[in-house]
Amino acid sequence: METIAVQHLVHAFGERRALDDLSFTVGEGEVFALLGPNGAGKTTTVRLLNGLYRPTAGTIRVLGLDPSVQGGQVRAQTGVLTESPALYERLTARQNLRFFGEMMGMPAADLRRRMDDLLGFFDLADRADERVATFSKGMKQRLALARALLNRPKILFLDEPTAGLDPEASRQVRELIASLRRENGQAVFLCTHILTEAERLCDRVLILNRGRALAMGSLEELQRRFNPGVWVEVQLLEPHLIPAGELPFALQVQAQDALLRVQVSRVEDIPALVSRLAGLGAPIVRVEPARPSLEDIYFTLQAQAEEETL
Amino acid sequence: MNLQRLWTLARKDWADAFKNTAVVVPMIVLPLIFVVLMPVLFIIVPSLSPQMSQAFVSDPDIQPLLNNLPAFLTPYTQGLDVQRTVIVLMLGMMLAPMFLILPLMTSTVIAADSFAGERERKTIEALLYTPASDVELFFGKVLAAFLPALGLTWGSFLVYTLVVNLASYWTMGWVWFPIPTWYPLIFWISPALSLLGTAFTVLISARNPTFMGAYQLSGVLVVLVLPLLFGQIAGVVYLTVEAGLLVGGAIWAVALALTRLAVRGFNRQRLLAGL
Repeated sequence: METIAVQHLVHAFGERRALDDLSFTVGEGEVFALLGPNGAGKTTTVRLLNGLYRPTAGTIRVLGLDPSVQGGQVRAQTGVLTESPALYERLTARQNLRFFGEMMGMPAADLRRRMDDLLGFFDLADRADERVATFSKGMKQRLALARALLNRPKILFLDEPTAGLDPEASRQVRELIASLRRENGQAVFLCTHILTEAERLCDRVLILNRGRALAMGSLEELQRRFNPGVWVEVQLLEPHLIPAGELPFALQVQAQDALLRVQVSRVEDIPALVSRLAGLGAPIVRVEPARPSLEDIYFTLQAQAEEETL
Repeated sequence: MNLQRLWTLARKDWADAFKNTAVVVPMIVLPLIFVVLMPVLFIIVPSLSPQMSQAFVSDPDIQPLLNNLPAFLTPYTQGLDVQRTVIVLMLGMMLAPMFLILPLMTSTVIAADSFAGERERKTIEALLYTPASDVELFFGKVLAAFLPALGLTWGSFLVYTLVVNLASYWTMGWVWFPIPTWYPLIFWISPALSLLGTAFTVLISARNPTFMGAYQLSGVLVVLVLPLLFGQIAGVVYLTVEAGLLVGGAIWAVALALTRLAVRGFNRQRLLAGL
């Protein structure tokens, strides 16, 4: 079942189109990522999906509801981690959670239990009655995540969830995202420009540039469709000089000590490449083709999009 | 409209705003000056210094006032000497417009913290992701500014009544305050000014996304009170019961029109502009 269905979505701020003809779906329990540079339209999409903006054109359905007219019902079933934690710093952690829980309409006893559970889970129980202004950045981000999970949302929106966090805190957040799907079957809608994060966590990604979709699919699908060339790692016994222009199939060559990285157009070019290297006297120990990473695909697509814009 | 949600939002705004010294300090200092310091000075100083008192009543600017007291004061000044007449004049009439500044100041400082402050601190976005409707958010925040403004004004009036009667009892010999002209001022004009201050600050906050910017600009509302203050001193305008009801009606009309305008412009898309 689709939890989010977007068709031909357009959103304009005056003359500027922030989103242009965007269509995608997110399934139940799916981890879906919007990838793109700052200003690509990721935050605007989250705001539209939660009824904070009205679309200029196109249709949106979230959990079968139209957010532009049933925004309250949508927001009662979603949780959003905004790009900045957006917490009331003069209030305590518990006061923050209680306020948002009451605004969600949670019954008092359930809210109390849920607050205790989440404060414990996020390792904030000891500081629950201290002002948020005294918290570190990582603690604020964990509290903001607790707030987003308070109402047991069916869809969790995470806008740059690890931005500004140290590596340890980032790892905790990634583990949490993975566990949410495993344990609760929640759909997770992730906005990020950290490609490794998307590669590790997401079932499918949508790559955005200036509000337009450049590509969408699972990593495997994207690797098949947007193959910017095959990188081949050639491990030599010892460093060996390969004169420039001696490898006719190579698009790029990178050498580091006894390791050569050669980019060729197709997998079919690899035997000829190996044969040529052997002919040049290179002491080959191992040859391994590498599939393009999400990063390779992302930068290839973004570069193409920028060239088209120019 | 979900009233529980309005109340939740108002309580949160109070808990948040009352930890801001820029909000709390004027709410403590101004009432102390108007309600305790000024009446005590007007009662005690003339008694301690007869020369100063004589100089005051002989002042050519004060003489016309004492000779032409408004009709609503005369029942309270009959048979009183000049010193006690001055007490009735100052505490029963001259200080009255100060009670118009209190609801304006309180409502604007809280509304500035609640509307502009939330945008400035970027907490508004999380609030907009709650299920509350735009109208619920608006009226929750209006309530947060309106009720303390009214509460502070009414509380100050109660304290003023006690202070004036206690401090002047040994001079006057009877409990004379409040006089009827104060009732429309406190119970009709003050609520209207509380709403006016709130609605005006909401409109200002749309263009001034900082707490201080919105608060300072909304300070121009005090201009509304100055004609009453100087009009009474000059003997041109007296805030009688009838005049109070009329002035209050006019302020209510303006306040409601501004509130209508403010609620129309209060929507999530506008609040998020620039965030």
